Amino acid sequence: MEKSICEQHEKLYAELDKFIEEIHADGSALIEVLHKAQQLFGHLPVEVQEYIAEKLNIPVSKVFGVVTFYSFFTMKPRGKHQIKVCLGTACYVKGADRLMDRFKEELGVEEDGVTKDGLFSLHGVRCLGACSMAPVVMIGENDFYGRVTPDEVPKIIRNYTK
Amino acid sequence: MPKSNVVLVSVDSNSVLKGAKYFKNLFQQLVDEYKLSDFVEVLETGSFGVYKDGVIIAIYPEEVYYEIKDAADVKKVVEEHLLKGRRAKDLELDAELFTRKLSVEAKKVVEETRIVLRNAGVIDPTNINEYIARDGYMALAKVLNEMKPQEVVEVVKESGLRGRGGAGFPTGLKWEFTMKTDADQKYVICNADEGEPGTFKDRLIMEGDPHSLIEAMTIAGYAVGATKGYIYIRGEYYGSIQNIQKAIKDAYEYGLLGEDILGSGFTFHLAVRLGAGAYVCGEETALMESIEGKAGRPRLKPPYPPVSGLYSKPTVINNVETFVNVPQIILNGADWFKSIGTESSPGTKVFSLCGNIVNRGIVEAPMGTTVRDLIYKFGGGIANGKALKMVQTGGTAGTFIGPDKLDVPLDFDSMKNYGVSLGSGVILVIDEDNCAVDVLKNAMEFFEHESCGKCTPCREGTKMLVHMLNDISKGKGKREYLDAMKNIASTMLDSAFCGLGQSVPVPLNSMLNNFEAEFLKHIESKESPCGICKFEKPKKKLVKS
Ligand SMILES: Cc1cc2nc3c(=O)[nH]c(=O)nc-3n(C[C@H](O)[C@H](O)[C@H](O)COP(=O)(O)O)c2cc1C
Ligand code: SF4
Ligand code: FES
Ligand code: FES
Repeated sequence: MEKSICEQHEKLYAELDKFIEEIHADGSALIEVLHKAQQLFGHLPVEVQEYIAEKLNIPVSKVFGVVTFYSFFTMKPRGKHQIKVCLGTACYVKGADRLMDRFKEELGVEEDGVTKDGLFSLHGVRCLGACSMAPVVMIGENDFYGRVTPDEVPKIIRNYTK
Repeated sequence: MPKSNVVLVSVDSNSVLKGAKYFKNLFQQLVDEYKLSDFVEVLETGSFGVYKDGVIIAIYPEEVYYEIKDAADVKKVVEEHLLKGRRAKDLELDAELFTRKLSVEAKKVVEETRIVLRNAGVIDPTNINEYIARDGYMALAKVLNEMKPQEVVEVVKESGLRGRGGAGFPTGLKWEFTMKTDADQKYVICNADEGEPGTFKDRLIMEGDPHSLIEAMTIAGYAVGATKGYIYIRGEYYGSIQNIQKAIKDAYEYGLLGEDILGSGFTFHLAVRLGAGAYVCGEETALMESIEGKAGRPRLKPPYPPVSGLYSKPTVINNVETFVNVPQIILNGADWFKSIGTESSPGTKVFSLCGNIVNRGIVEAPMGTTVRDLIYKFGGGIANGKALKMVQTGGTAGTFIGPDKLDVPLDFDSMKNYGVSLGSGVILVIDEDNCAVDVLKNAMEFFEHESCGKCTPCREGTKMLVHMLNDISKGKGKREYLDAMKNIASTMLDSAFCGLGQSVPVPLNSMLNNFEAEFLKHIESKESPCGICKFEKPKKKLVKS
């Protein structure tokens, strides 16, 4: 078990190396590299940050500063499916807060929390640029739900538990 | 032989999520099955700028629009319209929605005017040939073959084009400063960070007409003497990122980017950089820090970007919508551009209509169009038969206005003249079911969350504002809060380091001034006046009976 995780990680590090080489990354490409790393590892634990710092030849403190500045980057694992509820003004006036409450209730987590099975995490995000479909929920990178009502929440969640 | 019918399926990211790709394939499949493929072509296009529950398609040359919700609808349109030649009435959308005519003044009839959106929803954005067929890259060819950089700058200056990213700075001047600064390297940046809540126009342009942005940036590069450009796109805009990257690749292949463009000897390289979720990175100097791989905190200005921008080199930075006007100005001339819009603000503006409004979506209208026309003529009025309570114009950093200000014509001067901001062109309609305190609290929470923390007035000011609004919304507000909030706002206006903190007074003051009575009601009454805010009951001892 232990070993397979290690092996898996080695593979991910190798893939990260390949990316860094491909784009001839130096310190100015830090954000690109972090995007890639988070895509590979799911989050950015300190070890990964140290690794990147060494690779790009910049201080770890700088990497840490960038990771903590941008809300897209996270040091804590998130759920397999990240549920992002838009709390932007256009969604807010269409009842986004009630939607958020319903998700909290159905999943039994608070904002930014992860469900016990690791399947979901719940996040409030700013305007997703889809205001014409407000209120909007985005799950992962590709699944958009528009004009969502609180009563549709259980059904949406079920799409990912099957 | 050209085919006689074209079916255009909008495949912007909203539509894709509603099954647009699937419907497109189904159309193709049915067209083949009915052996119509010699006559009918099925194509993808960007968004039509009108949003419905289903996916919108158009059939040309009749120019009929249908709303498709499921496979049965596709079948119906193919069988009725394409095969039998009759309209599928129950799916048909009012064509008026797409080409609205509205009278701005009693005499003058103004239609939706499309400069920036001329191609969105008309061409297949992933096909460079379709862009070229609609005069694409003609302006670039004209510039490279016939014009000196100085002349390009002159035309843009003469046109009166002003920045569409919010501040309205004259674009030609910005280009001129950059052109005149000597340096071994200069840059052109497109601000596509579109973070202003309620705004989704840049996304529509990038998804629907990516080449127009590439062409415009290359022209800017030639004008100011820059050989490198970056498009900084919001990380969440997956569809825009994809289409822009594809377009850049194709432009390189056609020799429209890279070395020696169109044999002119001019070289221009373009790359995409991704945002990572920070609103303040839309501020131009913070954005440059971010491209350099750092935390996106704003820099001290001056020096301004035309003198010292990306990597401390002279840099032109413009919004997506600003850039996309440029090729049309080059082709049609400054006088043509000035004939549209108002004297202080020539051209059009792309407005994002959202909130409690019937037709939510994007509309491009001449500068000077009134809020009323945008809401009632283009937007179809207030949704669900509710009454209008207020409108926030210009984005979260914009003004809250009451129904008494609906007849203000929107342009860059409407803030100065009437206290109604144009900003990024958001028209957020808020109906009677919403509470002024609650809406303002939500807006201030946004600023508190997005404050980068570099300067104290903004970092602490936003916290205190949220705190007081929270109290008011819980029935614990005090009268003094109203003045205290205005005081904090004026301190922020004077001393915050960047535009984020400096703009907080705009929504705050406009709300407090226009809806003071509602705040007072919250402060003075014991019960929540309209039940949205939950007043905390004063703690009572439980007495067993
Ligand atoms: C906090 C803040 C956020 C901003 N966000 C954006 C944005 O998302 N898009 C944009 O084009 N301009 C944004 N701006 C304005 C830019 O700083 C800059 O004025 C603009 O990119 C210049 O381009 P323009 O002259 O074409 O408008 C923002 C400014 C501030 C202070
Ligand atoms: S005003 Fe706000 S966002 Fe701007 S530098 Fe200060 S703290 Fe940062
Ligand atoms: S406010 Fe929610 S998508 Fe714009
Ligand atoms: S929300 Fe109206 S009661 Fe405060």
